[in-house]
Amino acid sequence: MEEVTTLDRLPVGHRAAVAGLSAPEDQQRRLLELGFVPGGEILAVQESPWGDPVAYAVCGAVIALRRADARRIAVRQK
Amino acid sequence: MTVSSGAGPVIALVGNPNVGKSTIFNALTNLRQHTGNWPGKTVETARGAYTYHDRTYTLVDLPGAYSLHPGSAEEEVTRDYLLSGEADVTLVVADATCLTRNLALALQVLEAAWPVVLCVNLLDEAEKKGITVDLEALRRELGCPVVGAAARGGRGLDTLRQTLEDAALHPGPRPERRLAAESACRGCRDCGDCLTALVMAQAEAIAARTVDMDPESAARRDRRLDRLLTSRRTGIPVMLLLLAGILWLTMVGANIPSELLSGLLMGWQEPLRDVFRALDAPWWLEGALVDGMYRTVAWVVSVMLPPMAIFFPLFTLLEDAGYLPRVAFNLDHFFRKAGAHGRQSLTMCMGLGCNACGVMGCRIIQSPRERLIAILTNAFIPCNGRLPTLTALIAMFFVAGSGLWSSLASAALLMGCIVLAVAMTLWASRLLASTALRGEASSFSLELPPYRAPQVGQVLVRSILDRTLFVLGRAVAVAAPAGLLIWIAANAVIGEASVLTHLAGFLQPLGALMGLDGFILLAFLLGFPANEIVVPCILMGYLSTGSLTGYTSLAQLHGLLADNGWTVATAVCALIFTLFHFPCGTTCVTIFRETRSLKWTALAIALPTAAGMGLCILIHGLSLLF
Repeated sequence: MEEVTTLDRLPVGHRAAVAGLSAPEDQQRRLLELGFVPGGEILAVQESPWGDPVAYAVCGAVIALRRADARRIAVRQK
Repeated sequence: MTVSSGAGPVIALVGNPNVGKSTIFNALTNLRQHTGNWPGKTVETARGAYTYHDRTYTLVDLPGAYSLHPGSAEEEVTRDYLLSGEADVTLVVADATCLTRNLALALQVLEAAWPVVLCVNLLDEAEKKGITVDLEALRRELGCPVVGAAARGGRGLDTLRQTLEDAALHPGPRPERRLAAESACRGCRDCGDCLTALVMAQAEAIAARTVDMDPESAARRDRRLDRLLTSRRTGIPVMLLLLAGILWLTMVGANIPSELLSGLLMGWQEPLRDVFRALDAPWWLEGALVDGMYRTVAWVVSVMLPPMAIFFPLFTLLEDAGYLPRVAFNLDHFFRKAGAHGRQSLTMCMGLGCNACGVMGCRIIQSPRERLIAILTNAFIPCNGRLPTLTALIAMFFVAGSGLWSSLASAALLMGCIVLAVAMTLWASRLLASTALRGEASSFSLELPPYRAPQVGQVLVRSILDRTLFVLGRAVAVAAPAGLLIWIAANAVIGEASVLTHLAGFLQPLGALMGLDGFILLAFLLGFPANEIVVPCILMGYLSTGSLTGYTSLAQLHGLLADNGWTVATAVCALIFTLFHFPCGTTCVTIFRETRSLKWTALAIALPTAAGMGLCILIHGLSLLF
């Protein structure tokens, strides 16, 4: 069962595959460069003390995104 | 050590942020560019040189870049430099612990430049995490020389020098173009996006064939540490404990060297006077040089230097281990609410070391609006040069006695000061973000780099030595002439009183309104070149009017201040004004250089000054009520 949602809704400890991005142009490219590429696998690893931002393991690195930005990434939860 | 590019082969260093480019640069050139474990540390292009087999190589350390599509100022610098063709060899530095993303950049560089050498750095860290990289397979995949290294331990550097020489003298055939962006693009919005996705996919495929790792076990230690350092329950308490711990070590550790130095330096005062007397020097010469110059320098060296020399390396250790991005991660919530950029916490942390460095560090924030907010509010954080003043005030007026408990109480109070400074930074950022610098919040991503064991020995030796030399240099350059000037002002009489008394008298009404006095305000003005000299200036002002002489201990000092009308309320106001007043001269110059605007520089001066004055007036008013 795969469910399409946005990255900000991915619970910590869960994995997902990137389905698509819908961010402003410059941000979109930065996200791609960081490894948020369609098909790429993401693991939500850690919430910050106030729940926003959230850190994601992607492409062997750990990247923190604010929820407002993570919302621009569509993912298929596994 | 600057070398013209005509001297020999030029090697450009390229890599993702935080992969150890600067470490390799330092190791090859024996220079000491400051390195830290967080992205964006190198904001300017640095040049150095080294000699190998009688040939001089020029090394150009380019700012960290995730790709050659310029998305930030640093990346533009890097791309433009590579395309300029000045470099004879391009050295791509990659992090073995997250090779995929690093390979994406390497692939782009291979498209743009030749010859290229890939250095897979941080192999030691990778081994610890159970990651192995097949360097030979990587060489076949990429078609360029590949060298493995652990630059912090010096491993692989000889091979690297040899490989760079080979590449410079006998570049092999250029590998065929790999990327066919045009074929991949089917009328999308932006071909750059297609290309980026394509490069990432290709990098991922190559990494899958050359890297052997168990992704779960590789990051297990880091995730455990992250849970301790950034989770909801422990993140903030551990952060405060770490800060308090550093401050406590600084205060306790500084006590003994401080007393020794002050005893030693003040002890030399009388022999110095004897020399002047033996030479039959006029009284004013002896006064100006001994009471003015010598005493001010002695104060800076004995009271200011030890805490600065201890705090800085401790802070650098945390930075080296990779903790600062976690601070930014913990605090982003507040910066988001204030309408500021998440990386502002990083520049704020740099400000704790030195505000001028913090202002320069604001280049890591791309959005001009949010960068300005970070620049204008940096001086709200007390720099290393102001911490000892805070420490001395706390020890004199707020904590009685000595021993473990009072030192813990002092550290807690000092931490309270820093927490207040952070709160004021957020308040000022919010104020700016809702008035002069209104606008949309830009998106940001914060990389949490792998934790690395800090190089304790190296950090301690280097930062203590460098810091000590720097502060000593500044003590001579600023404190000595300032001491001389103040003594002259304190002893040159116009009419009934000295110049200093006239000036202090002029400032007295404002000082009194703020719960301070004219001498204290004057000392802050005189401390504009360097905050370290504020307290000796206050003392000199008092000493010049009274008959008191000499001060070797904080207790004596406390007596002197109390005799001049200091109460606990005065000390609170002095503490507040030390935290919040105009930035020092160096910082002001840096702000102007970074903003290119007198208007913003003026605002950066006015904002903390107004906040400090407002708070002082408020506190003074309240103290009168009780």
